[in-house]
Amino acid sequence: MFHRESGVLKTTYEADMALYPLPIARWTVGALAVVFFGVLPLTLDQYYLSLANLVWISVIGALGLNILVGYTGQVSIGHGAFMSVGAYTAANLAIRLGSPWPVNLLAGGLMAALVGAVVGIPSVRIKGLYLAIATLAGQLIIEWTINHVTFISGGVQASIDVPRPRLGSYVLSSQRQMYFFLLVFVVLAIVGTLNLIRSRVGRAFIAIRDQDIAAEIIGIDIFRYKLLAFAISSFYAGVTGVLYTYYLGIANYEQFQIGVSIDYLAMIIIGGLGSVLGSVLGAIFVTLLPIGIRYAMEAFGGLFFAPQTVLNLIPNLRLMMFGALIIFFLIVEPEGLNRLWRNIRNYFRIWPFAY
Amino acid sequence: MSEEFGFFLLLLSNGVLIGLMYSLIALGFVLVYKATDAVNFAQGEFVMIAGLVVALAISAAGAPLWVAVMLGLASMIVFGFALERVVLRKLIGRPIIAVVMATIGLASILRGVGPTFFGAGTKPLPLPISDEPFVIGPLFIPPIQLLGASVSIFFILAFGWFFLWSRKGIAMRAVADNQQVAMAMGINVERYFGLAWAMTGVVSALGGIIWGNLLGVDVNLSLVGFKVFPVVILGGLDSIPGAVVGGLIVGVVENIVAGYVDPYVGGGTKDFAPYVLMILALMVRPYGIFGKRIIERV
Repeated sequence: MFHRESGVLKTTYEADMALYPLPIARWTVGALAVVFFGVLPLTLDQYYLSLANLVWISVIGALGLNILVGYTGQVSIGHGAFMSVGAYTAANLAIRLGSPWPVNLLAGGLMAALVGAVVGIPSVRIKGLYLAIATLAGQLIIEWTINHVTFISGGVQASIDVPRPRLGSYVLSSQRQMYFFLLVFVVLAIVGTLNLIRSRVGRAFIAIRDQDIAAEIIGIDIFRYKLLAFAISSFYAGVTGVLYTYYLGIANYEQFQIGVSIDYLAMIIIGGLGSVLGSVLGAIFVTLLPIGIRYAMEAFGGLFFAPQTVLNLIPNLRLMMFGALIIFFLIVEPEGLNRLWRNIRNYFRIWPFAY
Repeated sequence: MSEEFGFFLLLLSNGVLIGLMYSLIALGFVLVYKATDAVNFAQGEFVMIAGLVVALAISAAGAPLWVAVMLGLASMIVFGFALERVVLRKLIGRPIIAVVMATIGLASILRGVGPTFFGAGTKPLPLPISDEPFVIGPLFIPPIQLLGASVSIFFILAFGWFFLWSRKGIAMRAVADNQQVAMAMGINVERYFGLAWAMTGVVSALGGIIWGNLLGVDVNLSLVGFKVFPVVILGGLDSIPGAVVGGLIVGVVENIVAGYVDPYVGGGTKDFAPYVLMILALMVRPYGIFGKRIIERV
């Protein structure tokens, strides 16, 4: 029951593509479900739950970006803006029409998908660096539009208050309630991505990433699939934006500036490109990094610096650590945390009887 | 001459001068891309760090201007070589996203390093030229912009000569064209990569001095880097004349748009118009005006 296979013993494609290759995978998933749905929300206090909630929101966004960058090989520096599209769509619907959150969530995701596909149109003719810069342009243009068109941004400070999501007459407001609310979407996003990658569409994405001209020659409609990748990825981003808006209770474009796009890129680089587990690990890592740095500085920074210096140092230290980690992972472990985890697992697979 | 036309000329002349100053920074970007196929998303941060070094040498150490400038140039050259050796050489042959993210990471580090080691406040970077603009008819031309444009033109000509006629420049073009063949011809490819980054350092240092004088030196100086992308995309990522033409287009367009549209939409079009123009240009000419068209094979 707890064994792992000793080699590749698959004889059918079905076995190769299975979500649960071994019985132990079911057990692992079951155990994780117990921990995340049962143990953690009941034991953590408000503060740690709020951190967990931030992590869940990032996980969804990182998965979406990984579909585009990791699986389809198209670089996007515009995901922060796609999130803002989702956020403002949902906020406007909630305020103007008073529509319930499932409608807003879906509408936000679809609107972001539409905008993402439009931004992705240049990807048909341009690729690589030119595309990266084109998506950067998308980010700046969307940011500017939201900030300057008062119909979208609601005027003053470009922020809109959003009512709390409710299930029937039950209002979700505490961190613990939001935890469950967000976790459901994390599970949906993970299962959705895993299945997308196993499907025909996912294989087409991977073919485009590996060699797009070759993919075109074997009959993959590049235009369609590249736009589809942008749309799906932006849908995730839009949903992330909506969830973040509901979590904060306010839609504000400052939460989705270019730094956010870069944070998400860092998540998938550090976690591992083209890997679902990597997206999750990377999202956890990058979200908790600034908090870890703050703790470390508050605990030990006083030994070296004056208290005021420590406070000034923390944001700068965060920037430096963040950049250094990106470069470190790119040079030392290009496949990211996912690869590290696999190395550990493979070591213990044959432990203690290594050859 | 009507008032209206005078206003237009003022915007135009301003745009041309500012555009040439963008070209100087864009030149750094193009040099690296041309030689190493790497794109430098930290170009603005290079400019910021160079400006900080020079400003600090003048204000804190009390060095004369020429010493400070030399110090800035030397430190950026060393930085360029070191960066290539430590980070970018390891990323040769890796996907584009790797290089893009490495320079974004570098940008993040430099943004943290700036305020930590050089102080967070805005520092002046005084140059011994007057603040009084030259007035020619309707035109107001600040001397610093004239200086910036001249330095820019000088360096563009110098690099043009370097690439066309000098031995090292020809070798660098060979490296850019085909790394493997260049290696087979006995060119030390890695040394030229280092040289390209050092040249970018030089251009950034000059950009840092001129832009630092214009805007004051702090972390926000690195935002100049965002202006570089439309410039190089319009001109073509690997073309020196492209950097000039792109710079001129961006400078003129942003000034004219800001002059005529800003009053109606409440500002900010300056940062936004070049990117719209860039997207439109990408639809028509995916490799920019002078960019090399890449023919791909499976």
